[in-house]
Amino acid sequence: MSPDLLKLIFGRLGLESLPLHEPIVVGTFVVVALGGAALLGGLTYFRLWGYLWREWFTTVDHKRIGIMYMILGIVMLLRGFADALMMRGQQALAFGGSEGYLNAHHYDQVFTAHGVIMIFFVAMPLVTGLMNYVVPLQIGARDVSFPFLNNFSFWMTVGGAVLVMASLFIGEFARTGWLAYPPLSNIGYSPDVGVDYYIWALQVAGVGTTLSGINLICTIVKLRCPGMSMMKMPVFTWTSLCTNVLIVASFPVLTVVLALLSLDRYVGTNFFTNDFGGSPMMYVNLIWIWGHPEVYILVLPAFGIFSEVTSTFSGKRLFGYTSMVYATVVITILSYLVWLHHFFTMGSGASVNSFFGITTMIISIPTGAKMFNWLFTMYRGRIRYELPMMWTIAFMLTFVIGGMTGVLLAVPPADFVLHNSLFLIAHFHNVIIGGVVFGAFAGITYWFPKAFGFRLDPFWGKLSFWFWVSGFYLAFMPLYVLGLMGVTRRLRVFDDPSLQIWFVIAAIGAGLVALGIGCMLVQFAVSFLRREQLKDVTGDPWDARTLEWATSSPPPDYNFAFTPVVHDNDAWWDMKKRGYQRPLTGFRPIHMPSSTGTGIILAGLATAMGFGLIWYIWWLAAASFIAMLAVGIGHTFNYHRDFDIPVDDVVRTEDSRTKLLAGAK
Amino acid sequence: MNTDTHAAHADDHHHDEGHAHGSLSTYMLGFVLSVVLTAIPFWLVMSGALPSKQVTALVIMAFAVVQIVVHMIYFLHMNTRSENGWSMMALIFTIVMVVIALSGSLWVMNHLNSNMMPIHQMTGMK
Amino acid sequence: MTVTVNPAQTGAPVFYVVDEHPHPEGWSTSLGFWIYLMSDCLIFAILFATFGVLGGSYAAGPAPKDLFDLPLVALNTSMLLLSSITYGFAMLTMQQNRIGQTQMWLAITGLFGAAFIGIELTEFAHMIHEGAAPQRSAFLSAFFTLVGTHGLHVTCGLIWLVTLMVQVFKFGLIEANRRRLMCLSMFWHFLDVVWIGVFTFVYLLGVLR
Repeated sequence: MSPDLLKLIFGRLGLESLPLHEPIVVGTFVVVALGGAALLGGLTYFRLWGYLWREWFTTVDHKRIGIMYMILGIVMLLRGFADALMMRGQQALAFGGSEGYLNAHHYDQVFTAHGVIMIFFVAMPLVTGLMNYVVPLQIGARDVSFPFLNNFSFWMTVGGAVLVMASLFIGEFARTGWLAYPPLSNIGYSPDVGVDYYIWALQVAGVGTTLSGINLICTIVKLRCPGMSMMKMPVFTWTSLCTNVLIVASFPVLTVVLALLSLDRYVGTNFFTNDFGGSPMMYVNLIWIWGHPEVYILVLPAFGIFSEVTSTFSGKRLFGYTSMVYATVVITILSYLVWLHHFFTMGSGASVNSFFGITTMIISIPTGAKMFNWLFTMYRGRIRYELPMMWTIAFMLTFVIGGMTGVLLAVPPADFVLHNSLFLIAHFHNVIIGGVVFGAFAGITYWFPKAFGFRLDPFWGKLSFWFWVSGFYLAFMPLYVLGLMGVTRRLRVFDDPSLQIWFVIAAIGAGLVALGIGCMLVQFAVSFLRREQLKDVTGDPWDARTLEWATSSPPPDYNFAFTPVVHDNDAWWDMKKRGYQRPLTGFRPIHMPSSTGTGIILAGLATAMGFGLIWYIWWLAAASFIAMLAVGIGHTFNYHRDFDIPVDDVVRTEDSRTKLLAGAK
Repeated sequence: MNTDTHAAHADDHHHDEGHAHGSLSTYMLGFVLSVVLTAIPFWLVMSGALPSKQVTALVIMAFAVVQIVVHMIYFLHMNTRSENGWSMMALIFTIVMVVIALSGSLWVMNHLNSNMMPIHQMTGMK
Repeated sequence: MTVTVNPAQTGAPVFYVVDEHPHPEGWSTSLGFWIYLMSDCLIFAILFATFGVLGGSYAAGPAPKDLFDLPLVALNTSMLLLSSITYGFAMLTMQQNRIGQTQMWLAITGLFGAAFIGIELTEFAHMIHEGAAPQRSAFLSAFFTLVGTHGLHVTCGLIWLVTLMVQVFKFGLIEANRRRLMCLSMFWHFLDVVWIGVFTFVYLLGVLR
């Protein structure tokens, strides 16, 4: 075939695009291919494809979509953490003339992929998954406001993740750092596909995130059960509301910034170039308008989880509910007024820097108020140190350290010394791991019995907990020291041999975290095998306080046979105290949305379009775009999107729960 | 308390589509107003009727703001009641965000340019 | 839905709704669509901010004064304004259930919208022909992207409008279609609001500069 024809069909994709010269990547590919083949073979052998398609891929049930988000987050955590281990290994080895084992080309991709994956495809899915699962149950709703959109959002997130993963084996990923600052990310300095993978993975996933934000806001505003006024909403629902407001108000900014960057790269415009009046600093300014709220998008739901966990395991009403709500709202607003603290050193001058320094310091006030609320909730409580509570305590200690180093960085003169040093790296890992990751783990262990009907095995959970916590401190405290000594981020080799010991300690810490992750996976497996012993028949294994514990574990498709009526902040606690009797008769058919495959098809087409654009396969991009339009419009011609669960099914489900409850007594 | 829930609930389900409708007269009024509010700024700029450019700029920006409000009221039927005030809340929040992002970017980038553009430094050195 | 058990009679607190009526279809739609528009509004805000920052970077290329043809912009603005009022008429006739007139006003709205796009494309083509392409300077990049994004939105609105006309033709003015027409009306008027910003800040202030 002629080269022109090949170029027409494959764009710039060719055999040389496969990273066959990188033994590490080839090895990874072999392992992934074998594992993937085994998984696909297993699914085929056990004839699970039909089941997966009908019950999971096409589902519009917020609970299943929530679980799928969590699975996506945990799978991507393994990938992102593998990148972390590689970096720690490289930095511990590359001393005294040694080049380490990663070449610069590969190492730069590794640290970029680590950041992108951990934020967009680990933290975001974990947070979104928990909100998706828990919020409708907490507000006594049957599903979210737009169930189809929910399914579509999830698959768009998966589409983004697929593109990032594809970059590992087909072509390469960006070598620019996780925010892809121009001019490095412009076509002149990054002519390869790396940055294009970055752009389109985030654009595809970003659509999903924005839509899911709109969806959850509507759900919380419109579908609360009778009696649940705003100030009677559980704190997790409140923080979810604020998080989704932040999502809807900040992700459009990311979309625009990336669109402008892609125009620079594809069309040759001059937004962020060095020539023709472009300004690379404008990119930095704009992307942090999104970037700072993003931090709060991740951590606010975690604050909500800790609030639920603290009050449940202290056996007390949450201290200072109203102040907690106001603190959350204030953080939401303030998070838009601090973005410049990410680039104090850019040179906007003293007046600008002091304004943003002061707003940054102000944020610590509502956050501190929250910390005291949790402490006072525990004060004189009968605290049960179950796993979720352990993660919460670890969070409180760790997050305070991270918060204090954050206030240090908020002082512009100090930031001029610490900017882009390992001190900064230590700081944001301190708050993201200590806040978001510990929060997600607290949430997973707390709500796991609700989702699956059995608790997680505490022995392996505690093992994982101690590995994680000790590993975290060992891995990141040395980075504070190194940062103060002036070591900057993203370095591949070092000359000063006296630094090596700190990197070795950090690598050992990373190894401990790896053990923690391993124990967590074992914990899932062991819990599944011991599910009969760990079974929860009551639906309320922790003696908890909010509405999601009023229904069975796992909840029926329709969540509640009768929509609850709420009289108190701690609705379920109030119901238990005032002699709530579960209704046994009078069931009715329940109106529910039907499953649809449109979401996964649309997301698949969007991913294909992204792939086509990355590799300049224009026909593929155009064809998938037209197909997307056609499928999308076609979907609007379907006016029958709901069905009724027949009353017999409701009676059967509820009767079996009655038997379970009777057996438990 | 129970009656409270009862009442709040009944309120929740009061149906007005959550959205007000216009009538022929309000639509026409909105249209006439926006035609006027569009024509004047165009005329001001094209004829150069005002002597100062700065004054012209301020005046046409004021017209734009007024016209946006007119469109919001007569075409988008914004009021404080629809969706129990949530539409208005979302709008106000968005306006705050827009103001922050716009003025913040202009402020930050303007200071950056005046501090970092080599031209100024060089003229200063002379 | 209503609570049928009267708490005053039984004395026990009510913990669940016995006689439940599900939320009607589209219960959240208009709020959801409004929130979507707000997020879209931020997209335009960032494009305006970009234009505000880069709008003066001509890179020794053409400036607004050399390029903008205000009478043409005024003509274009009137197209969009007229389409807004005709969409309003479509909504009014929809409320009176006059399906034929609704369709007619929708069609007229579509024609005005298409005229708007046509004029804008002519303007773009003319500018590119004169050497003022988006690649020429940061000012032109920002101009084409901001105005083009608005145009792209109008184009999407046109596709949506045609789809809805087909659906109204096939299924009549049923509840779902009314809801969709109302969403499109919000979208259409919202684009008009954005255009006020465009003609003021980009064209008029540009020429004044």
